[in-house]
Amino acid sequence: LCAVGAFLGLRAIETRFRARHSVERATTWFMMFSSLVAILTTGGIVLSLLYEAFQFFRLVPLTEFLFGLRWEPQIAIRADQVAGQGAFGVIPVLFGTVMIATIAMLVAVPIGILSAIYLTEYANQRFRAVVKPMLEILAGIPTIVYGIFAILTVAPAIRSLGQSLGFDASPNSALAAGGVMGIMIIPFISSLSDDAFAAVPRAIREGSFAMGATKGETIRKVLLPAALPGIVGGVLLGMSRAIGETMIVALAAGLIAKMTLNPFEAVTTVTVQIVTLLIGDAEFDNPKTLAAFALGLMLFVITLGLNLIALRTVRKYREKY
Amino acid sequence: MAATNAASPTVDTSPSSPVVWKSDAMARRRKARYAADRRLQIYGMVAIAFALGFLVMLIGTLTMTGRHAFTQSMVTVDIDFSKAEIDRSNLMDANWRSVFRQAVIDDVGQLSRSEERDYFSMFTSSAPFLIRDQIIADPSILDGRATFVVPMSDPIDQLAKGLVNTDLPEDQRRVNDKQVELFNQLEAKGAITQPFNWGLFFNSDSRFPELAGLAGAITGSFWLLLVCFLISFPVGIGAAIYLEEFAPKNRITDLIEININNLAAVPSVVFGLLGLAVFLGWFGLPRSAPLVGGMVLALMTLPTIIIATRAALTSVPSSIREAALGIGASKHEMIFHHVLPLAMPSILTGAIISPAADRHERVHHQPACGRARSFDGASDADLHLGRQSREGLRRPDVCRHSRTAGFPGHHERHRDLLETALRAPLVME
Repeated sequence: LCAVGAFLGLRAIETRFRARHSVERATTWFMMFSSLVAILTTGGIVLSLLYEAFQFFRLVPLTEFLFGLRWEPQIAIRADQVAGQGAFGVIPVLFGTVMIATIAMLVAVPIGILSAIYLTEYANQRFRAVVKPMLEILAGIPTIVYGIFAILTVAPAIRSLGQSLGFDASPNSALAAGGVMGIMIIPFISSLSDDAFAAVPRAIREGSFAMGATKGETIRKVLLPAALPGIVGGVLLGMSRAIGETMIVALAAGLIAKMTLNPFEAVTTVTVQIVTLLIGDAEFDNPKTLAAFALGLMLFVITLGLNLIALRTVRKYREKY
Repeated sequence: MAATNAASPTVDTSPSSPVVWKSDAMARRRKARYAADRRLQIYGMVAIAFALGFLVMLIGTLTMTGRHAFTQSMVTVDIDFSKAEIDRSNLMDANWRSVFRQAVIDDVGQLSRSEERDYFSMFTSSAPFLIRDQIIADPSILDGRATFVVPMSDPIDQLAKGLVNTDLPEDQRRVNDKQVELFNQLEAKGAITQPFNWGLFFNSDSRFPELAGLAGAITGSFWLLLVCFLISFPVGIGAAIYLEEFAPKNRITDLIEININNLAAVPSVVFGLLGLAVFLGWFGLPRSAPLVGGMVLALMTLPTIIIATRAALTSVPSSIREAALGIGASKHEMIFHHVLPLAMPSILTGAIISPAADRHERVHHQPACGRARSFDGASDADLHLGRQSREGLRRPDVCRHSRTAGFPGHHERHRDLLETALRAPLVME
């Protein structure tokens, strides 16, 4: 092998041989391939989800999946197993997802926007320099830690709160999962609204001050409307994040799909169902496993849609100034 | 404009009656307006207090509940091997169980049969094996008396840490009265210690809480992250360089860009499904191997790294590029010898530390070049980029430093280069 290498090497060495050029050509090819990886990944996601979801829809009709009101995927894997009939209606799962995400946004949006207002408009430089990174820590905490926090600290507290108010709270209530998820999303909303406020041209702000408006009036009546598209975009991105969030709900949300508006009841989410459907040994030809891919496809489509709308909103408004 | 609306809705602005600025009505109005301003300020402060309160509560409860795991109650047992009959040629199969039992019985005196059972269950069930392993490592221990430090079993460990409420009725706790009494006896003798629990990091999984450790999880995370970074760093940086420096602006690069931004926002569980379907299902790679997990993680972190790298590349001043090209470097040399080393600190901080923090810094220190991309970066906070590592490496101060201070180490070198380049034409003349 050495000899062959030496032979090839010696043969290649000529005065006209430009090593750098071929190295550079190879690097360029590598870099082109690298940038294609992103497309390949997207393609892989779409194809694999579509393929497996298609398999699923051969077993369960599409209309039943989209409009069914019962989600009971506990079907028999082996022939001799005792199990439920199985029902794959996605509505209750989707309902739970939206509910938990809504609770999360109810926590995150007011706190996020108000803290962004305070940090950009009122706080002095030093306060900002201390508080801003601390808020960002919230975004960097692994979500599993939030999940542990939700199930060990928040959920019992909410349960006892519910009992003291006189009604029965489930140990894995939607409120616990949604509330903790909201905490996680605070810095997200806050820094996106921060950006939106900072992007409002100085002239508009100063014009408002010159007319005699107080700071509060400027913020509410000038900055907020001007920054609104950016904030809405941020909220939509936060929403898509809340819908796709997995670890918090996998620990803290329930497993049974229920249609209820009571935040003290347990509801389930799309991500939780994907996780539970895939845990354990299951074959690929089983509707239970394939249902996970159908749910995944739906999740992908929903978050993609939200993100596209959000990015478009943001971009459109950016072009204005 | 909105501002005029803000100031004028209730004031009579008709020319016939000039505004009396000093009237009571105006004073009240002014007061109300300032009060509204203060209210908004207070709302903001309350919001921040809420967020920080949550943070403190989160970290507080975690440390309060988690700190107990870092110590482990141990009991010191004195064993006299002169009494025990041990076959030195077959240490592995000697009756260590009875040796250990005899030794701990000696500590407290005679017990009834059921009390004895309670007593033995206070020590970890693997105590005889721990003793055996120590003796096999050093058989000279057998010559006389020796002391061994053995973990207490989990319920007793909880008792020692004060987590068991002994006021509860006996049948509602995991430790019965006799065990509490025996524990107090041992403690009075000074046999109980609570050293730092090294086993937490070096032991692998176990059914017994007092022996369980994170070694398996830590090695797993390590391999996963290693595979992930080995793939995602070269590919991510390569893609970013290509898109930023080489790619022609056409449909395909636009498509790639949109793709990257969308990928950054895809929920992690969907990436998991991709890994399941493609790597496990179609390629038939083994389940729960670090290779598969690492590859999926790499695909997931790729958009973040590409976005961070591109932002870092644009922030390198163009004078450096021109200087390098001016003295005859090829485009590749320009990028790999000058631009990339300069951008490296921000690439690393951008990719490893939270993208959210990165975005913030970018916006506030580099308004010119950060603006355009700041929202593309918005969604990359979604990635669960090596969560474990991020926890350890979170250093906002480092991030800020590298951005505001520019690139200290490289400055000199590039000024020289620039000067050379500027002088070059003169020399040639």
